[in-house]
Amino acid sequence: MNDIAIQVRDFRKTYGETVAVDGISFEVRRGEIFGLLGPNGAGKTSTLECLEGLRQPDGGTLDILGVDPARQAHKLRHLIGVQLQSSGLPADMQVGEAIRFFCAYHGVAPRYDLIERLGLQTKQRSTYAQLSTGQQRRLALALAVAHNPPVVFLDEPTAGLDVGSRAELHALVQELQDADTTIILATHDMAEAEKMTDRVAILLRGKIAATGTPREITATGAGLTKVSVRTEQSVLHGNGAAFPGVSHHLLDEAYAIYFSTDPGATVTALLHHIGAHDDKLIDLRVERPTLEERFLEITTEVSK
Amino acid sequence: MTAFIHHFTFEFKTGLRNSTLLFMNYLFPLGVYAMMGLVMTQVNPLFVDTLFPAMTVFVILGGTILGLPSPIVEAREAGIYRRYKVNGVPAASIVAVPVLTTMFHALIAVTVVALTAAPLFGGVAPLHWLPFAGVAALMAFMCSAAGALIGVVAANSRATTLLSQLIFLPSMLIGGMMVPLDFLPASIQRFSALLPTTHAMQALAGLAYDQTTAFAPTTSILVLLISGLLAFGLAIYLFNWDSRNQTRRSHPLMALIAFAPYLVSLAL
Repeated sequence: MNDIAIQVRDFRKTYGETVAVDGISFEVRRGEIFGLLGPNGAGKTSTLECLEGLRQPDGGTLDILGVDPARQAHKLRHLIGVQLQSSGLPADMQVGEAIRFFCAYHGVAPRYDLIERLGLQTKQRSTYAQLSTGQQRRLALALAVAHNPPVVFLDEPTAGLDVGSRAELHALVQELQDADTTIILATHDMAEAEKMTDRVAILLRGKIAATGTPREITATGAGLTKVSVRTEQSVLHGNGAAFPGVSHHLLDEAYAIYFSTDPGATVTALLHHIGAHDDKLIDLRVERPTLEERFLEITTEVSK
Repeated sequence: MTAFIHHFTFEFKTGLRNSTLLFMNYLFPLGVYAMMGLVMTQVNPLFVDTLFPAMTVFVILGGTILGLPSPIVEAREAGIYRRYKVNGVPAASIVAVPVLTTMFHALIAVTVVALTAAPLFGGVAPLHWLPFAGVAALMAFMCSAAGALIGVVAANSRATTLLSQLIFLPSMLIGGMMVPLDFLPASIQRFSALLPTTHAMQALAGLAYDQTTAFAPTTSILVLLISGLLAFGLAIYLFNWDSRNQTRRSHPLMALIAFAPYLVSLAL
């Protein structure tokens, strides 16, 4: 069986003179959560909308489990589930009606279990307009996955949600992956992408600027790990000693902060230094460079 | 079929549940009907003779041409049709279901008129009820289809109002409802053949009241039927899922084809 669920080759999308997507290629493996990252206008939504069959590509090929989204719309509907960023439901549509309505068009029995799973069982008779933003998002997700599609597109699924609702949505996305669903997640939220995705592609000005696992992408940057240390006697303050791997350091109130290319060697040397000066460690934090930091580096590099 | 039934049930309920649609389907047309019954019959006693068919045609026109286009534009602008598309709801259903439900609401309003016009306002009931019901149903279909076509081709809500009024206002003035066709100057009478209300009034007069008519009732029936079918087909053909993506199968001006039967009737 082919391991590739989604294949994009030399995909191009233009709007008049404006080139929104300029010949990008990527693949998404079955059961993978693939993040599509980028600032506004980078081409994420154009890519997603062409994959979802909402727009026609101007060049290249798109393939979802052997189906061409531009030419096989009917087959595509049963293969994909889509949570659109900008779409609504009729204001007067009740939650129960919505699940019956869309399940009927997908030819499956109404998925009341999903409504319950997403904490909307008491809202079955509430209209869409009466739901909170979080409840509307959860309903949108329920409708997107009600027919058990093998491929799901999530466009900014947690935008505007509170912490609790985000966690619930993340848990459901994880469950989908456990069930071998392939997921494309478009998001501005780098922490979400780092936590949820297996691989990401960063789109800038219609081209892929970087692709790989979040760890691979962060590793390709300056790669400086932040080591923050606080001791009882602040022996590190005013200490000019050089520690292995440290490129630079600074003092922030009670903490001495070191930026290191080799955090293992740096921490070992720091602990040794503290012990040798009869000081006592109070707090030690090691923070890897985040995807967000690397993303900002890449956007700066490209704009230069 | 199950999907269509769910869709129909939802849309029909929305016509009662949504305050704007309730107003356009029932409160506005029946409110005007009540006002005309109370006031117009006092101002112009001859109006009693045409009250029944005129108000039948009016409640259909008000609920469909004025009521149907805006919800279509609003749904498109709110991205509701995008969601429908990605979930496999066909364009034909998106057009057909509101056309059918609006037809049903219009015919319920007609029933209210039919049950009350004679006892409350002294309106003259039809001699033949079956042709009356048939013409009312045909007019409801034609106007609902035209309303859907306006909603499909209108770029925004403001354009919807303008396009709807292009049909509604002339229909009120020279469409045979407020002033019988015989009372209009010959030159204006000729142009009234361009309006669906004229043909509906003529068909009702000829088939339900056995009155002499300016146009052959069968011609009027054919004009309404062909125009309705053209409007319905064009609404599906020109349907646009997305206000952000204006790609259509053809230019919106193609919608004017739906009015060709009226031009032919004018020539006849």
